[in-house]
Amino acid sequence: MAYSEKLIDHYENPRNVGTFDKNDEKVGTGMVGAPACGDVMRLQIKVSEEGVIEDARFKTYGCGSAIASSSLLTEWVKGKTLDQAAEIKNSDIAEELALPPVKIHCSVLAEDAIKAAISDYQAKQQGDSGSREEVA
Amino acid sequence: MNHFKLFGLPQSFELDIDQLTEQYRELQRTFHPDKFANASALERRLSVQRAAQINQAFHTLKQPLERARYLLELHGVAGDPERAGVDQAFLMEQMELREALAEIRNQPDPAAALSELADDIRRRTEAIIQQLGEQFQDASGQSLSAARESVDKLMFLNKIQQEADEIYDELVEY
Repeated sequence: MAYSEKLIDHYENPRNVGTFDKNDEKVGTGMVGAPACGDVMRLQIKVSEEGVIEDARFKTYGCGSAIASSSLLTEWVKGKTLDQAAEIKNSDIAEELALPPVKIHCSVLAEDAIKAAISDYQAKQQGDSGSREEVA
Repeated sequence: MNHFKLFGLPQSFELDIDQLTEQYRELQRTFHPDKFANASALERRLSVQRAAQINQAFHTLKQPLERARYLLELHGVAGDPERAGVDQAFLMEQMELREALAEIRNQPDPAAALSELADDIRRRTEAIIQQLGEQFQDASGQSLSAARESVDKLMFLNKIQQEADEIYDELVEY
């Protein structure tokens, strides 16, 4: 299977790998996974008071396409408002990386991750992070 | 025909594997294509199909994960193997297990660290299999939805177990 240069680049030089303190009020964390392949993805955003994503970090255990999808996503969300970031579609990621059909689900995972990170951040702003932690 | 009925077993997650294996061997003997060597072409074809069905049913029921997935299917509960419906805490634990596995070669005694990690994975797997037994026993809508979540968890654990086994094989080779 031939992978695109962009995909290989993100896989070999992943951007923004790392962690933010998930208890930081400015940080939203999204954890998602794919049971079939055992992939786990953590995407974190740091949001300014104006509601703009200042920075992003990810950590993904999974195949190259899952790593590249989350790496690309962290680049894309920086500088976007939460609403703009929520509009990113998995098809945009799949297209940019030229993901083969069997790997489309990796981009779906990345889209789910940013949505989860945004809702985690928004829930925190509403001040119910304590009870949410309990549920988890 | 439903796999459980095929083997004359009650439809349940808790299964007597010895009994299953015994029934399987019995059916295998009865429907072995060799026994139909002198039968009509139609009967021969049917016996081949039957033998294949018996094999597939046995392998599905034998493994806890496959058995659980099959039971969910019988109950009409669908999951999405590409999107986990599991809680955040579980995913966080998976990430920690994966981090530990990725670091295993840097440990002073990788084989010992790996065997400890493998024990941990096994304990988690057993706990989930136990829960599945209770969830399918109850079989209420809520329990079945919890069972679907347990199946997702078991898939994650099986996958990490496989990877731990692969690393173990590599460690032992050198």
